[in-house]
Amino acid sequence: MAEARELPLKGLHLRLGAKMVPFAGWEMPVQYAAGVLREHLHCRAATGLFDVSHMGQVILRAPSGRAADAAAALEALVPADLLSLSEGRQRYAVFTNAAGGIEDDLMVANRGDHLFLIVNAGRAAADLALLRAGLPGLAVEPVADRALLALQGPGAEAALGALVPGVAGMRFMDVARPRWQGAELWISRSGYTGEDGFEVSVPLARALALAEALLAREGVLPIGLGARDSLRLEAGLPLYGHDLDPATSPVEAGLEWSVGRVRRAGGARAGGFPGAARIAAELAAGPARRRVGLLPEGRAPMREGVALFAEPAGGAAAGAVTSGGFAPSLDRPVAMGYVAAALAGAGRPLWGEVRGRRQPVAVAPLPFRPSTYKR
Amino acid sequence: MKYTEDHEWLRVEGDLVVVGITDYAAKELGDIVFVELPEPEAMVAKGDEVVVIESVKAASDILAPLDGEIVAVNEAVAKNPALVNEDATGEGWFFKMRIDDLAALDDFMDEDEYAEHIA
Repeated sequence: MAEARELPLKGLHLRLGAKMVPFAGWEMPVQYAAGVLREHLHCRAATGLFDVSHMGQVILRAPSGRAADAAAALEALVPADLLSLSEGRQRYAVFTNAAGGIEDDLMVANRGDHLFLIVNAGRAAADLALLRAGLPGLAVEPVADRALLALQGPGAEAALGALVPGVAGMRFMDVARPRWQGAELWISRSGYTGEDGFEVSVPLARALALAEALLAREGVLPIGLGARDSLRLEAGLPLYGHDLDPATSPVEAGLEWSVGRVRRAGGARAGGFPGAARIAAELAAGPARRRVGLLPEGRAPMREGVALFAEPAGGAAAGAVTSGGFAPSLDRPVAMGYVAAALAGAGRPLWGEVRGRRQPVAVAPLPFRPSTYKR
Repeated sequence: MKYTEDHEWLRVEGDLVVVGITDYAAKELGDIVFVELPEPEAMVAKGDEVVVIESVKAASDILAPLDGEIVAVNEAVAKNPALVNEDATGEGWFFKMRIDDLAALDDFMDEDEYAEHIA
């Protein structure tokens, strides 16, 4: 196993009392002194700063120098409608494989003369290989000289706006490239917490200064990977490698909204991405299983791997939990997982096997907590 | 107070042994959100999983440190698991057990030895 890569801001994390753990090949702050519970609640009530520099940043260029041409090419690898993505906007997409499963999920931004992609850390190398093999006519440029910070929560707009005037005018999924202290920031109004907020790509030379300037704003505290996970779980957002994988289709995953209308049967650019036949069939007839929210009865969390059953005793497993834990904002355990489509209706009682005993759990709509995006 | 290698503390109270987890363990586990206690009057063998605790990070088992009988459990931590983080060696105890011979406690670490164990 290769040595874990260090974040550019590792020194800052250690000064802030972070506990560092390995994650996706990186050494990451899992929590700071406040702990996961308080960090989670703080992000919902005020503002949280996350270092997500482990994520892959990639620029995709067509020889024409037009983002639309890069978008048209990238549509060969993802079911999203990227041609309708306007300059200054970002859209969620998934890379699919020939079997219609998900290779990774990503954000795609149109920046006029090129596309900017943000992919998962653990999939970055595979994604670069996939882009280079699938899009030989395009330049695929990994961005190695920038950190990525996320500022999330109800105070995010005020905190970032104090440093970078103009961000208040951005809407959810807008992208912009304002300057701060001579450096060009790549900002999107998005995140992975269900809160309003921003992700900010910053040149390495200014990353520490920006993180410290944000932490100096009232109400801004650093938040680790532990709370990032519970925040996204409450927000119903899937995590690649847990809720999404190469065998799971975007339709099963409840991500059919990321399959563009024009990419569906009867659309102007129907199909043309890996696994299109399976995805079209599932859109028409429904998938065999679906990702659902799960509310365990009582206080015991149901974690990843817990088998789900349709009956309190006997029978084969009808699904499994793929993410689960304690939801601090709801003060109760929550989970998500996959179950047979016939069992996926909200309110359906199921049983999850925890430590050898089947415990009641109810299917619930996602998200558990409504998002507060600035639409 | 005596300590196990699994970060439990053992305190003699009359002819009973009170069992909890150490401050170090509580801090390492993070915020504790669920505690499942054994049935009072249960007979347990050393190494049996008698308590389940779930933190925001993971589930952990607390093992019976000795053979004996569970004679009391702390319902307060089942109702409010955060007590374990707030007062691990006091209000955050899990259960009291009766053992054959309190001399068996001599085999466990004392405070200095435990401090060295976690250093």
